[in-house]
Amino acid sequence: MANKVTNVLLVGVGGQGTILAARILSGVLQEAGYDVKMSEVHGMSQRGGSVVTFVRYGEKVYSPLVEKGTADLILSFEKLEALRWLPYLKPEGTMVVNDLALLPAPVLLGKAEYPYNALDVLREKAKKLITLDAAKIAEEKVGNIRTQNVVLLGALANNMDIPTETWEKVVRESVPPKTVDVNLKAFAAGRQYQ
Amino acid sequence: MKLFLSGDEAIARGAYEYGATFAAAYPGTPSTEVVENLIPYKEIYAEWSTNEKVALEVGLGASLAGARVIVAMKHVGVNVAADPLFTAAYTGVNGGLILVSADDPSMHSSQNEQDNRNVAPFAKIPMLEPSDSQEAKDLVGVGFKISEEMDTPVLMRITTRIAHGKGLVECGQRQEVPLREYKKQSAKYCMVPAFARPRREAVEERTARLKEFSETFPYNRIEWGPKDVGIITSGISYQYAKEVFGASVSYLKLTLTWPLPEKLIREFASQVKKVYVIEELDPYLETQIKALGIDVIGKDVIPNMFELSAEILRERILGEEPAKDNALDVAIPPRPPVLCAGCPHRPVFYTLKKMKVPVMGDIGCYGLGVMPPLEAVDTTVCMGASIGMAHGFQKANAWVGQDKKAVGVLGDSTFFHSGMTGLADMVFNKGAGVVVVLDNRTTAMTGHQPHPGTGITAKGEVSEPIQIEDVARSMGITDVAVVDSYDLAAVENAIRHALDFNGPSVVICKRACALLKGLPKMPPLTIDQDKCTKCHTCLRTGCPALVHHPDKSVTIDPNACTGCTVCAQVCRFDAIGKVGGEVRG
Ligand SMILES: Cc1ncc(C[n+]2csc(CCOP(=O)(O)OP(=O)(O)O)c2C)c(N)n1
Repeated sequence: MANKVTNVLLVGVGGQGTILAARILSGVLQEAGYDVKMSEVHGMSQRGGSVVTFVRYGEKVYSPLVEKGTADLILSFEKLEALRWLPYLKPEGTMVVNDLALLPAPVLLGKAEYPYNALDVLREKAKKLITLDAAKIAEEKVGNIRTQNVVLLGALANNMDIPTETWEKVVRESVPPKTVDVNLKAFAAGRQYQ
Repeated sequence: MKLFLSGDEAIARGAYEYGATFAAAYPGTPSTEVVENLIPYKEIYAEWSTNEKVALEVGLGASLAGARVIVAMKHVGVNVAADPLFTAAYTGVNGGLILVSADDPSMHSSQNEQDNRNVAPFAKIPMLEPSDSQEAKDLVGVGFKISEEMDTPVLMRITTRIAHGKGLVECGQRQEVPLREYKKQSAKYCMVPAFARPRREAVEERTARLKEFSETFPYNRIEWGPKDVGIITSGISYQYAKEVFGASVSYLKLTLTWPLPEKLIREFASQVKKVYVIEELDPYLETQIKALGIDVIGKDVIPNMFELSAEILRERILGEEPAKDNALDVAIPPRPPVLCAGCPHRPVFYTLKKMKVPVMGDIGCYGLGVMPPLEAVDTTVCMGASIGMAHGFQKANAWVGQDKKAVGVLGDSTFFHSGMTGLADMVFNKGAGVVVVLDNRTTAMTGHQPHPGTGITAKGEVSEPIQIEDVARSMGITDVAVVDSYDLAAVENAIRHALDFNGPSVVICKRACALLKGLPKMPPLTIDQDKCTKCHTCLRTGCPALVHHPDKSVTIDPNACTGCTVCAQVCRFDAIGKVGGEVRG
C-alpha cells in the first residue's frame, strides 16, 4: 500500500490559542495509531502575527512541512488568515473557517483594507467550505466563550476519519478537569457544522 | 511509552534519561525550550545564566565537577560563547558536556542566518545532527558517551524545524549517573601556552580517533536503493530528501557530521552513478566531500540561503513546476507582529520618535519599535550593541567638535547579558551617551524568563535582585533617573535632561510587561466620540487596541485595552477616558 500522508493546517493569529487545538489534534492522531509530525514557529510571531501549524499524519511521515497545494484540510481561526493560507489547499481540499475578523496592524492604522468579503472569495475557490461563528456558538450554545477552539475542532473532526470516542478521550485528557463537560459540549456543538 | 515531543523537548527528555544533573542556558529562539523543559525535573539543576558565554563556563565548571551537562543557546549565542568553547576543546571535559546550538534558517526570529555546522571544524569538536525528535533524544545519550570517552565537548546542532517540529519519541527510564571524580590536572585544564601546546596536539590525536569512530558510527548509515542517484544529507534535509525521493534513490545519512567518515563517503559515492549533496544553508558537506576528490552536485542547484523544503528539491532537482498560487482578486494585508496593547516600550519609542534623536537599538521585543508608526529605532545589530554604538556615535561627533548624541536603547535582560560592559566602557572613556533601559521586569521576547534583576531563579527560588540603577551608580554615573514608562511626560523630561547632560546618563523606564501574569488589572479606556476630532494622534502610538474604522472614527477594543492610558496622554482633546470617569493618572 502506498504511504498516504494527510496534511492539515491550523492557521490563525498569535494569541488565538491554535496551540491547544494543535495539541488535541496531534493527540488524537497518535491515539489513532498514526505516525504524526507537527511543525510550528514560535517567537516573534506570537506578538499578534500570522501563525500556522502544520500537522501531517499517515503510516510514516518524513517532512514536517506541508507543501503548497497539498493540504487536505485547513482550519482557520480567522477569515483573513484563511485567505492568506488558501494557496496551501489542494484543489479537492476542505476549508473550515471561523467567521471572525481580527484586524491586522496595517488595517488598524488605516493603511490597508480588510477583505470583509473573504468568505465569498473562499466559497469561489475552495471545493468545500464550512464556516461557523465559534464565539457565538461557544457563548450561546455551550455557555462558555473560552471553548471556541474546541468548537472549531468539532467542525474539523467531521472531515476526518477518526472515531468520536478517540476525540472525546483526548479532549478529556487535554483540558483542565473542571472544564471537561463544557469542552465535550463544545466539541459536540462544533460537529453540527458540516 | 511514546511521547509527542519537539526536538527541544526531546533533548530535555534525553538529558533526563541519560543522567544529566546540570543545565545552563541563556534563552533564545529556537533553543529556549531545551532548558525550559529541564527546569521541572527535581533531579536536574537548571539555571538561566546571564549570557551564553557565562552559561558555557558554568557548564564547563559543572562538567569538571563530574556532572553530565547540557548547555543550550541559539546560533548567535554560540558567537558569544565562542571564547570558552574554543579553549574547552583543548581542556576537554570530565562529565559529558553537550552544547546545543539551535540555528534559525530563514531567520524566523533572528537577526542573521548562520550555519553553525562550521563551528565544529573551527573549534575542532565533534558534531551531531539529529533529523527528528527521536534522534534528538537518543543522541543526547550517544553525545554524553562520546564526550566522556573522547574527552571533548560535543556540539549538537539543530535547526528551527528540528527544535520546534514535533514527532513521536519512544521514551525510557532515567539512568542515574553519579558525578565522576574531580582530579586536579593543571596541564589539562590550565591553558597557559606551555600547557596549551601539548593539548593542541592532543586535539589532533582526538580528531584522528573521532575520524575512525565516525566510519563505523551506526547513525552514519547507508540506505541502499536504486543506484542511479545517491544522496548525501544530514539533519532536517534528510527528511525533505526522503519526502521527495522516497525509495527511488540511495541515501548516505550523516549524523556525526564532524569529523566526516571519509571511507564511508568514498564507498557510497563509488557505487552510485550520480551524487547529490542535499543540505540547507552553507555547502558544508559539499566542500569537504569535493575536497576528497569526489564529484557531487550541491549548491549549483540548491540555494545556499533560507530554509530548504521538499518543494525546492522538487523544483530544482526534479524540474517540477511549483504549485501555482490561487490568483485572488482581493488584496491580502500583511499581519506583522506588533508591540502588544499596553506594552511599556511603546510610550518610550513614541517619545524618542517625537524627539528625532538617533536611536541605537538592541535586541528584544523592542525591536518592534522599528515598525510603523513608531519607527523610532535606527539600528539593531546584536545583544548589547546599543550602548557601545551610542558611545561610538557620540565620540565620533565629539572628536570633530560636534555636539551630537545618540540614545542607546536596550532591555533589562539585555542589560545584564552584555550591556554592563559597554556601559563601563562609556564611563571609562569619558563618553556622554544616553542609555535608556526598558525595564519590563522580564525577558519578554523569548517567553518571560527571569534574569538577575527579577530576584527569582529558573528553579523559582528567591534571589537578590540586582538593581540596574545601583549598577549604573556604582560605575560612577551620576545622572541616573528611574521613571514610570507609562508616564509620557516623565519619560520625555528624563531623556531631554540626559541629552543635555555633559557626561554619561542612564534613564531606566520601569513598568512590567503587560503579558506578565498577576499584574493588577486596570480598567479599559473609551473614546468620547463627541470630543474626538479624528486627528488620529492616538494612532501614532501604534497600539493594537485602537481600531480605525472606514469612516475615520477610532474606537478602543475593550477586550484588548489594558488601561495603560498612553493614548489618553497623547490626546489633545481630552477625548479618551475610563468608561464613566476620568483617566487614571
Ligand atoms: C546572543 C543572543 N542571545 C539570545 C538572543 C535571543 N533574544 C533576543 S531578544 C532576547 C531577550 C531580550 O530581553 P529584554 O532585553 O529584557 O527585552 P524584552 O524582550 O523583555 O523587551 C533574547 C534572549 C539573541 N538575539 N542573541
